[in-house]
Amino acid sequence: MKIVALCGVGVGTSAILKMNAERALARLDIEAEVTATDVASVQTVGADAQVILTSSELVAHIGKTNADIVVIDNYFDLDELTTKLEEALG
Amino acid sequence: MQLPDLPLTAIAIGIHVPDWRAAVTAAGDGLVRSGSTVPGYTKRMIDVIDEFGAYVVIAPGLALAHARPGPDVIAEGLSVVTLAEPVAFGHPHNDPVSVVLGLAVTTGDEHVLLVAELANLFNDPRVIPSLAAATDAAGIRALLGVTAPAREASGVQE
Repeated sequence: MKIVALCGVGVGTSAILKMNAERALARLDIEAEVTATDVASVQTVGADAQVILTSSELVAHIGKTNADIVVIDNYFDLDELTTKLEEALG
Repeated sequence: MQLPDLPLTAIAIGIHVPDWRAAVTAAGDGLVRSGSTVPGYTKRMIDVIDEFGAYVVIAPGLALAHARPGPDVIAEGLSVVTLAEPVAFGHPHNDPVSVVLGLAVTTGDEHVLLVAELANLFNDPRVIPSLAAATDAAGIRALLGVTAPAREASGVQE
């Protein structure tokens, strides 16, 4: 399973999101590959992704995708990440 | 990975700004004063928000201002700005912002490691309000687990 963590420039906030998504997945005992990327690359990197994690601000920049888009409000809230990932993947 | 040293010049506590642009500019000024960037980087941090919106507000009250590595980054650096009156960045959930971190790195790989270190820090929800309430550089450094540069630690300018 592949999950993409998306941010605007791909070098900052997506890394935080990736790291905390991996922690949430460990809590859920789900094995998945989490990749951090930016808006410019999301169509290629996210082509085979099941879930795209991002901020509400960036949803409009994603374009057409088959992945579930999961909006995260607080990137540091592992409970929020865990709950939303469980919903998306369950 | 250790976060970079945080010199006094990279810290601004309880400043008054009218809007998010001024808040990000203050974070950029801290990076410029501490020798991490030249002013062009500050503009690029603002451009990121103009282009992609307020997604840099990654938690309630906290903005992580940053841009891609570029020729306007001299050395990796971190700046910390706390605001006397929080300002809105336009984020639907995490406004208003009272703490702005400015982050500059020279390579993407470095950025990921630095940001991972920040993630470790801020996973403790008490850190953002504590930073916002800090009254001196020592308090801010203690919360971030960073040190003053050697030249400050040994000097009398503290």
